Amino acid sequence: MADKDDTSEVRTPAGVLTSSRGQALPDPDTSRELLRQMVLIRRFEEEAGRQYQRAKAGGFLHLAIGEEATIVGTTSVMEPGDYLIGTYRTHGHAIARGTDPRNVMAELFGREDGTARGRGGSMHIFDGDRRFMGGYGIVGGNLPIAAGLALASDYKGTDDVTVCMFGDGATNTGNFGETINLAALWDLPVVFLVENNLYGMGTAIERHSAVTDLSHKAEGLGVPGERVDGQDVVAMRECVADHLEIARRERRPTLVEAFTYRYRGHSAADPEVYRDKQEVEEWQRRDPIEIFSRRLIDAGAISEDELAGIREGIDAQVVAAVEFADASPEPPLDSLYDNLYVMPGEQEGWYAVDERTPDPFRGEREREAAADSRVRELHEAGASYGGQSPRSGGGSGEGPATERDAPADRAGARDEGEPDPPAGDEQVEESRQQGPGGIE
Amino acid sequence: MSATTMRMREALNEALREEMERDESVFLMGEDIGVFEGAFKVTQGLMKRFGERRVRDTPISENTIVGAGVGAAMAGLRPVVELMTVNFSLLAFDQIINHAAAIPYMFNGQVRVPMVIRMPGGGGHQLGPTHSHSFEAMYLQIPGMLVACPSTAADGKGLLKAAIRDDNPVIFVEHETLYGMRGEVPDDPDHVLDFGRCAVRREGDDVTIVGILKMAHEAERAAEALAEEHGIEAEVIDPRTLRPLDLDTILESVRKTNRAVIVEEGWPHGGVGANLAALIQEQAFDHLDAPVQRVTGADVPMPYSKRLEQSAIPHPEHVVSAALNATVGAS
Ligand SMILES: Cc1ncc(C[n+]2csc(CCOP(=O)(O)OP(=O)(O)O)c2C)c(N)n1
Ligand SMILES: [Mg+2]
Repeated sequence: MADKDDTSEVRTPAGVLTSSRGQALPDPDTSRELLRQMVLIRRFEEEAGRQYQRAKAGGFLHLAIGEEATIVGTTSVMEPGDYLIGTYRTHGHAIARGTDPRNVMAELFGREDGTARGRGGSMHIFDGDRRFMGGYGIVGGNLPIAAGLALASDYKGTDDVTVCMFGDGATNTGNFGETINLAALWDLPVVFLVENNLYGMGTAIERHSAVTDLSHKAEGLGVPGERVDGQDVVAMRECVADHLEIARRERRPTLVEAFTYRYRGHSAADPEVYRDKQEVEEWQRRDPIEIFSRRLIDAGAISEDELAGIREGIDAQVVAAVEFADASPEPPLDSLYDNLYVMPGEQEGWYAVDERTPDPFRGEREREAAADSRVRELHEAGASYGGQSPRSGGGSGEGPATERDAPADRAGARDEGEPDPPAGDEQVEESRQQGPGGIE
Repeated sequence: MSATTMRMREALNEALREEMERDESVFLMGEDIGVFEGAFKVTQGLMKRFGERRVRDTPISENTIVGAGVGAAMAGLRPVVELMTVNFSLLAFDQIINHAAAIPYMFNGQVRVPMVIRMPGGGGHQLGPTHSHSFEAMYLQIPGMLVACPSTAADGKGLLKAAIRDDNPVIFVEHETLYGMRGEVPDDPDHVLDFGRCAVRREGDDVTIVGILKMAHEAERAAEALAEEHGIEAEVIDPRTLRPLDLDTILESVRKTNRAVIVEEGWPHGGVGANLAALIQEQAFDHLDAPVQRVTGADVPMPYSKRLEQSAIPHPEHVVSAALNATVGAS
């Protein structure tokens, strides 16, 4: 069995990482599956970036390219009943949990077949059936929720555990300290997993955290931690498996700090002025997919041909995901209020009211009654600022959406058929062409 | 007086720079405002110009950043805190409401909290339910807070300078869509606007339309459509600050037009329009020929899908329809 490549020394802001994790390769089938999932996530993210440039996906797009081993190493040792909860960078987490990439892509496109029917978008992927309890746009917002998930497992007497993934930047939120304390105090079965990619947006860890060895950051509050090479899927797997075992058997929380790196900007619009090329290249030499495929080939667990076959299959899968997303219809306008409230039977009282629902919206029947022609007209007039009427799918995935010129200004974010902004209305025009110029 | 055309983000940047030059006690704190130069580039160049002592990158700790601002203000500094978006300001609600706004009153005026908390908000960029909201109404509700919501570059600069010089805590709401919008800004380094003064953007006798932030512009577009297509002359008013509120100018207009439409991007329940409608009917009931009309964002968390999102945001069509309700509909 091939040894780990010992040139892959992990230098961190808190010194060189020493760990004996990841010596033994999993069996060939498992190994191939780990590789397949990492390649799938990589390809999916690359394609999502491309679709964003083509303005098929909107909003902010945070890609996890470079962080695949951290994700797959973790999910590959979770049980189906375990909960996973993450951030706004979690397309890959959902896919690794088993969510169909087609539905994730459709969510990025804001379509009916998206994981949340186009309500949440890239930052808010969810798949309850696979116990992927969501991606969250508020940094640190998922931590207390993780404690609650774990509390529920305890309460119900199951041995399910929760894995809570978040960034280095999130360890500075009040939610971090409060959740860590609560989890330790109540002995909650959670594995807190820091995806330490060394930056919170454009702020390097040395500039945002006084303690840069994040494995120790929760210790004083009662949660011990371990540092692991997040670019090594085998090490990740082994490490997380042990911590899951502690949560499952000993019913107490621990923390894993995984060293990883995002090869792309914070979001698709990030010009990356805060880090130098050399650093990125250095980390690219530790590409988790390259490292692992080389290791498998060296160990004879996979052949070059098999690897090429995996890549081909995944290419086709991702192309199919784009076609599926593009063919999925836009959500109907009258679904705007769906799932705002749970409304069993007839309810008294005004739940919601605005100019789209001039009659008080009390339930399905009332809403149908309210959907008269004038309201519909106004509703449609508003929606038309977002492009054409719902299409029942439009195409090949090679559609004519305008390219965004440059990532830095998210220019050209205009859909086919979007009405031109009224002449002289600079405000609206600017917003359409540029977005807010935000890079958050 | 000479003026220069610039974008809103540049006007705000100038206000920060000029006030920092003018007063050593003014300093900035916020996430990614220094090395990264701001998520929306409002603080571009300021760390280079003033150094890390006065332009401070912070960890992601909204409540603590605001709280540190409160403390620094109590000790005599004039902090300007940037929160990356209004949605994240919710994490700082405790320091904003229980502390910044309450302290001057709670300690009987022995101490002041002269700080500015800037935050951009608003929808329209498919940022979904955690990044797209409009919380002017919530901030308007807090006694002890001033609330500014500029819609033009000139107002942005003039109000931000005023906010920094003011001895009260100020919530300074910016709109993400307006950052790139250009406007003429007076060159006068003492271009400081008074809080509590409406801008009347257009005069008319038939209906009063009040709009804030991006909706101030949609109100103007609606007024043009009303004139061209319906022969209705609308008076368009931008309050510019919600606390203090220049209610007199609004009431004067309503007494002339006898009709009012209020436009905002935020939610309808307990909104800016709800508040203003109550004030108008209390103060000018006898002058009203029609119920006060509100045009608001939809009563839902902001959806991501482009068409759903646009359908949830007010557009000129909605304003025109409301104005017609108040005029044609009423007669
Ligand atoms: C409460 C809150 N504050 C600020 C932001 C803006 N923001 C989004 S991601 C981010 C950086 C987070 O960094 P980190 O936790 O390291 O995660 P990474 O993006 O590196 O995966 C910031 C500041 C936010 N979404 N929520
Ligand atoms: Mg990070």
